[in-house]
Amino acid sequence: MMNIPLNITKTIHDWLFSIMPEGVASITEMVIIAIVYLALFAVAGLYLVLLERKVAAWFQLRLGPNRVGPFGLFQTMADALKLVSKELTSTDRIDKFLYNLAPYFVIVTALVALSVFPFSKQFQAFDINIGVFFLISISSIGVIGILLGGWSSNNKYALIGAMRSGLQTISYELSVGLSILTMVLLTGSLQLSEIIEVQRTGGWLILQGHIPAVIAFMIFMIAGTAETNRAPFDLVEAESELGAGFHTEYSGMKFAYFFLAEFINMFIIASIAVVLFFGGWLSPFGITEGITWFPEVIWFMIKVLMIIILMMWFRWTFPRLRVDQLLTLEWKYLLPINLVNIVVMAIIIWLNWTI
Amino acid sequence: MEQIVNNSFKTQEYFVNMGPQHPAAHGVLRLLLTIDGEIIKNVDPDLGYIHRSIEKMCERDSYQQVVHLTDRMDYLSSHINNEAVCLTVENALELEVSDRVKVIRTIISELTRLASHQLWWGVMGMDVGALTTYFYAFRDRELINDIFEETCGARLTMNYNIPGGLMFDIHPNFVKRTKEFIAHFKTKLPEYDRLLTGNIIFQKRTKGVGVLTKEDAISFGVSGPVARGSGFANDVRKYHPYSAYDRVDFNEALFTEGDSFARYRVRIMEMWESMSIIEQLIDNIPDGDYNTPTKAVIKLPKGEFYQRVETARGELGVYINSTGTKNPYRVKFRSPGFSNLSVLNHIAKGAKIADLVATMASFDFVIPDIDR
Repeated sequence: MMNIPLNITKTIHDWLFSIMPEGVASITEMVIIAIVYLALFAVAGLYLVLLERKVAAWFQLRLGPNRVGPFGLFQTMADALKLVSKELTSTDRIDKFLYNLAPYFVIVTALVALSVFPFSKQFQAFDINIGVFFLISISSIGVIGILLGGWSSNNKYALIGAMRSGLQTISYELSVGLSILTMVLLTGSLQLSEIIEVQRTGGWLILQGHIPAVIAFMIFMIAGTAETNRAPFDLVEAESELGAGFHTEYSGMKFAYFFLAEFINMFIIASIAVVLFFGGWLSPFGITEGITWFPEVIWFMIKVLMIIILMMWFRWTFPRLRVDQLLTLEWKYLLPINLVNIVVMAIIIWLNWTI
Repeated sequence: MEQIVNNSFKTQEYFVNMGPQHPAAHGVLRLLLTIDGEIIKNVDPDLGYIHRSIEKMCERDSYQQVVHLTDRMDYLSSHINNEAVCLTVENALELEVSDRVKVIRTIISELTRLASHQLWWGVMGMDVGALTTYFYAFRDRELINDIFEETCGARLTMNYNIPGGLMFDIHPNFVKRTKEFIAHFKTKLPEYDRLLTGNIIFQKRTKGVGVLTKEDAISFGVSGPVARGSGFANDVRKYHPYSAYDRVDFNEALFTEGDSFARYRVRIMEMWESMSIIEQLIDNIPDGDYNTPTKAVIKLPKGEFYQRVETARGELGVYINSTGTKNPYRVKFRSPGFSNLSVLNHIAKGAKIADLVATMASFDFVIPDIDR
């Protein structure tokens, strides 16, 4: 039996190419894919917000949103509608151009990073051979948006938040990159689909790589949480210190972009973790290996949700770090451990001790 | 060349208005911060945003009415504030209240202290970034408020005290429900420890932060849990007992480190001690009148009267100057929050913004108490 999603995309592809010249058809196809991605992840972001609120309520002995729609399922949709219809206010004497540009930086980089993920064997927009490298570089651009937003909004709280964001993201980028590199050493490929293929035969990479892989996973989770500016590393928007941090002066849809980007970034971090450590869309123990019609994207989503819930658990349990403690953690602990970890991983691979 | 480099990397101190509308100020406290980067150079508290002239209003009111006004100072220990005024008036009139009143006042004072410390614990966690603590604290605080509501009809600003005793007797369920609450909270207080006290991030955020030495605590007139965190033993309940505190056995929570974590532990320990005090008293509330009738118009004899009590925040002193009429000539409240705030600039200098927030949380400010 043929794979249904593949069938549909193939039909559309053939149809487009039959009615248009090749160049126009490929551009149209790209636009369609972009729109599908945008719609998909805007909705995914909204439902992650809902999930966060539900998880928070669960941790905090509350019920969470339960009024709009069954189980509050339309709550975040309603919130988004409200945000769209709100007035875009701004403070006096702002740098208008940068102020308006900042939210787009954040949201666009978040969405672009999604394009290289292999959600299943067929569901991947770009399977480029430097996928990991692409991810690291794209995710570092997002911080520019936060810096610009904080700087241009003529507010000292926003400025402090933006400064904190800058030093936090730049520091933790190193740990994210190095822990990803540890796993790249193991797979010998930068291409995300190939990294997953390696795990089809050898088992999940977190098991293949012995202790170094487990350490890399832990470091990746810590650094990844820090990179998405989530608690316990949410100094950027520490509400008890800075009000709302860098997006204090944003309202309406521009605020929503920042907000949505945070959740999409969380999704990205969780997706990287799933691809690099937990076998991506591969089923655990190959239980749905033989079933050709089974949408493997379900496995991917289940794993991603697990990691996201773990990150939410962090957020609703831990207090926030102080800015110097944040930097101490990175430069004095995570980075040295990471460097040693890479060497250990290299030795393991050299001695061929992988499972 | 050097000039250019120096000019382009010149740092500049700047002012930030923390408050009057700020999440960490717990009210309308305005702190004028002088900041160099993240480092605080100076903290200048600016009061007056919730000033209601309570002391002046007292001069216009009868002594029964003065009691009600004190609810609105430190609203989290409203019962203890009421008690302070009532004790002052009773002392001035040389009015002996029954044992029953003394014991009930003590029990409700300790319940108020528990409720106040629970709220502080929730907010302390929230200020250092752990939002879940707030909901845990409020879960347990609700039970205390329910007890109050059943007995006197109000949950926060209770007005249960009047000069001469209490407004009405305790509800028949009071003893049972208080016991139930103590049994419940004894299982929940260790949960507080598991969630926040042992957390490594929380300890890093509070240990060695906002250190207040014993000498400074004494010279700034700091009182309450803040002073006891610095090793300054000053519990009014212990050293100048009032109501029924002379007949209960309890330990004064005392730590010597003087940092935010010590103040935190003082309050956690005080919660245990409060429960122990209530347990000692709840089973043998003596029979008797709940009120010693006074004249409808109370006239204090000519003179000055002073009484101090231990609220959840420290030592509250009530000074009444009477000229023998039905109104006080002058009323002065020595509120714990005001003296405690005075030390903030001293210990926050050189700290980070986040440290200031953690320190303020450990001081447990109630702004209407500072700004009467």
